[in-house]
Amino acid sequence: MSISREEVQRVAELARLEIAADAVDRVAAQLSGILDFVATLDALDLGDCEPTAFAPAAAPLRADVPDESRRLGPERATAAAPAAEEGYFLVPPIVENVNP
Amino acid sequence: MAYEAVIGLECHIQLKTRTKMFCGCEVEFGRPANWNTCPVCLGLPGALPRTNITAIAYALRLGLALGCDIRHESVFARKNYFYPDMPKNYQVTQYDLPLCEHGTLPVVVEGESRTFELMRIHCEEDAGKSFHPERVGDRRISRLEFNRAGTPLLELVTEPVLRTPAECAAFLTQLRKLVRALGISDGDMEKGQLRCDANVSLRPVGQSALGVKTEIKNLNSIKGVEKGVTAEIDRQRRELESGARIVQATLLYDADHDKLAIMRTKESAHDYRYFPEPDLPVLRVTDADLDAARAALPELPWVREARFVSQYGLPPYDAAVLGDSRELADYYEACARGGDAKLASNWIMTEVLRVRNDRGWPLEKWAEQVPAPRMRAFLDKVAAKELPGPVAKQVFAWMADEAGSVDELLALHGIQVQGSAEDLRPLVLQVLDENPGPVAQYLAGKTITIGYLTGAVMKKSGGQAVPQVVQQLLAEELARRG
Amino acid sequence: MSRAPNETWKLGAAALAARVRDGRVSVTDAVESGWVGPASMWEHDVNAVAHHDAEVRREAAAGASGQGPLAGVPVLVKDNLCTVEYPTTCASRILAGYRAPYDATVIRRLREAGAVIVGKGNMDEFAMGSSNEYSAYGPTRNPFDLSRVPGGSSGGPAAAVAYGLVPVALGSDTGGSVRQPASFCGVYGLKPTYGRLSRYGLVAFGSSLDQVGIFARHARDVAVTYAVLAGEDGYDATTRLGPAPDVSTFAAGVKGLRFGWPANLWAQGVDAAIVAALERSAIALERAGAVRVVLDFLPGTYGVAAYYLVATAEASSNLARFDGVRYGFRHEEAADVRAMYTRTRSEGFGPEVQRRILLGTYALSSGYYDAYYLKAQRARTRIRREFQSAFAQCDFMLLPAAPSLAFKVGEKTDDPLAMYLSDVFTIGANLAGIPGLTVPAGRTSENLPVGVQMLGPEDSEPNLLRAARALEVGGDVALLSTDEDPEFVWPTKR
Repeated sequence: MSISREEVQRVAELARLEIAADAVDRVAAQLSGILDFVATLDALDLGDCEPTAFAPAAAPLRADVPDESRRLGPERATAAAPAAEEGYFLVPPIVENVNP
Repeated sequence: MAYEAVIGLECHIQLKTRTKMFCGCEVEFGRPANWNTCPVCLGLPGALPRTNITAIAYALRLGLALGCDIRHESVFARKNYFYPDMPKNYQVTQYDLPLCEHGTLPVVVEGESRTFELMRIHCEEDAGKSFHPERVGDRRISRLEFNRAGTPLLELVTEPVLRTPAECAAFLTQLRKLVRALGISDGDMEKGQLRCDANVSLRPVGQSALGVKTEIKNLNSIKGVEKGVTAEIDRQRRELESGARIVQATLLYDADHDKLAIMRTKESAHDYRYFPEPDLPVLRVTDADLDAARAALPELPWVREARFVSQYGLPPYDAAVLGDSRELADYYEACARGGDAKLASNWIMTEVLRVRNDRGWPLEKWAEQVPAPRMRAFLDKVAAKELPGPVAKQVFAWMADEAGSVDELLALHGIQVQGSAEDLRPLVLQVLDENPGPVAQYLAGKTITIGYLTGAVMKKSGGQAVPQVVQQLLAEELARRG
Repeated sequence: MSRAPNETWKLGAAALAARVRDGRVSVTDAVESGWVGPASMWEHDVNAVAHHDAEVRREAAAGASGQGPLAGVPVLVKDNLCTVEYPTTCASRILAGYRAPYDATVIRRLREAGAVIVGKGNMDEFAMGSSNEYSAYGPTRNPFDLSRVPGGSSGGPAAAVAYGLVPVALGSDTGGSVRQPASFCGVYGLKPTYGRLSRYGLVAFGSSLDQVGIFARHARDVAVTYAVLAGEDGYDATTRLGPAPDVSTFAAGVKGLRFGWPANLWAQGVDAAIVAALERSAIALERAGAVRVVLDFLPGTYGVAAYYLVATAEASSNLARFDGVRYGFRHEEAADVRAMYTRTRSEGFGPEVQRRILLGTYALSSGYYDAYYLKAQRARTRIRREFQSAFAQCDFMLLPAAPSLAFKVGEKTDDPLAMYLSDVFTIGANLAGIPGLTVPAGRTSENLPVGVQMLGPEDSEPNLLRAARALEVGGDVALLSTDEDPEFVWPTKR
């Protein structure tokens, strides 16, 4: 299966990655090679195989009780931020201003 | 050509749990930025979620109240998209296997009972907050903070079964009433505790296929939903009538200017890449969990309102007003049970709610000042005609600010009401007979002379009569002579 | 037997902790010993350590209790485990300088057991690699041959244990990242059953595959460390409920245990030295009373295919949070937040990480989910069943940890697929959630380590450790329960 330049660009945009114009063909070729390889899965009969999940389904849920021990507060929350002020994170302007 | 609108609503209900959906940070408002944050809700590397049991219990409560099918094994999924107020750049939500499906919400629209089918209800986490860009020095920046990030939300999606803006408003009003009655959310749209997006399409009347739909966001009041949907129906109708096609799009409603702005068309639609959240086990709901949720269900608002009509003989309108919140309905019942239910309804709907609105008191503040037994004692006296109307109003006004029984308040203010209407009537008739001049003036339209007549009756009663009662009697008798 | 104080670093963790507890060795000497001798000799060339700080380390030693099963034991932990006192960067530019405000659960448990964290181990960026060449801090090299890789992605911790910096180190194993470097560096490497060790504070790569793993030079030390770390964690909803299996029986021998011998797996493409080591190991196990069960086991390369889809899909989502907003590196010249994201991520992630994010994004994207991610998750179920039927015939399996010995630096960096295929023997355990343990199995004539791997069903760590101990003493049951660890054959400078 080969992946087109356009698909590489679309996927890169979804992943917020930028691929240099002169690298797109190489990335497309690498991804195509990997996709050819994973196509071996197509030969398997998986009709009776449910998707795997490990986590214990009987795990108790968390009691609705505050956990002060992990609370960071404004100073520690923003301590590692590239830009912060008065407990807020600062970022370049958000143009598309509604969460989809 | 005549068109009809097809509307589906997507509502987000913020749950009033103590802590967030997947971590132990408190859900509180008004804290400094990033006060209630931890590695989990801040999306720090290595942090993992753990589901809040109360959020699930609340979801079950709503699902059962609406008659949904509850899935015994539902699955959390990641919805992947980049947005600055989402710490992980994915939202933990539910996708193809939600907790609740189907169900209906009964709503009265313009006097007519309707039920609206639901598609699903699922649990998810809220985002943080981003602020409009501002200028700092020579740069423009946006601020972000995450106190709200991770707050438990229920998303409720209707089938496309609504047809008019009025139906949308009635639906939301009823939903708000329900979540309040269930005690799972305060449902205040202005505070974002209840949010609504609407999907709107038009089709020619008689056509069954759906038209192209648009989604309106930012509808943050019930009025706003009504106006936003109205505006969008009008816009689509104009487009269609001018021969244009509707383009699938997301629109923002600006309530201040009653305007819609196109935010995004389908070309830039998202690809959310949902997949099961590997950090969380399957959400298992046992029969015992369902029994516990069922046991926690109060009488549902629409059931209670119907009972108010049948049990207390209230008009449906009164039942709906008194059923607006669980607290109000409880207060009403405590005042009405075994007494004059209609009288209680009248006093609460007019006087109590007026005090609440005039003074901005929440009901609990009123109920603290005038607990139901106190109100009930007052109503009993009114019902027994021991308090003539005007006196009753005066006593009610004192009750809002002063302590003491009805009798104590009367005594405190030096009013004896043993001389009730029938005792006073002879004095009134006497005064009218003795004062033909002022009576004639009154009847000729100079109604101010009633003050003089009142004074005369008061004098005759030795100050024991209630001026309002006297005035009312005078007015009655004068009317008879006029 | 007594040792010169300057040879304290040669001790195993359990032996060292015993000496610290009874006061023969101070915590400071226990912790510093590896830095004085071995590190001064090797670290410059090997580059096993990404972050350390002598002052922090000495303070931690001074403040340590000197009690507990790991009293005074210095531990190097992979740079993807959150620690408050050292940076946690996953060897990536995008987390340059990042300090976590919290300790991972396994770190907290190490401290409670008396251990002292001495620094962060070098690794492949975000644990994506099999050679430790994809690190922002430069490659780690194999102390047994500096022209060769130590394996990856936990190459730093493996190499540090091998050259003597620490007796125990923690790594993480998503597709073999503990077991493969353990085999390249001649040490023990355990990937526990999925959910036995908390992942809280382990920077996620493939959440349904990741497990924290343990490196040590002796079977006993793996058992002691496992006992300290394993168990339910309220901060990780995927940890298994109830107490972890008891591994204190590691010296109980293997009499009557059946080990699977899937010789079909190494019929081709496996280095002859490894095949020979497998045969030697089988004979040692038989000598100790275990029974060889010949069986065919063929999960084949479809496991690798399933693995690369699941791991990259989960990674594409897990790594979305690295966006320059709240921590780490940010590209400063962007006009709006979206551009900032794209530039930050494009400059902050290395090429292999970007390649895997793209692959995972593609596998989850609209129209491909069923064909890729979902199919891979179904293939996992099939692999689990294949393991189950194999384990119906035996208590554990003996197989290679990798098809080759440590390969040369630069040998595979140009061919991602070849690098992926070198994980063929290890990824099955991650896909199936079962434990795997690499055991040293001798050296080549050039003193290059050879390792073998054992895989067992869920919670079979006690049996794997019994087998490891039996192999450590060459199958000689008389030596099983001696307290003295056999001498480790150290690398020599060439």
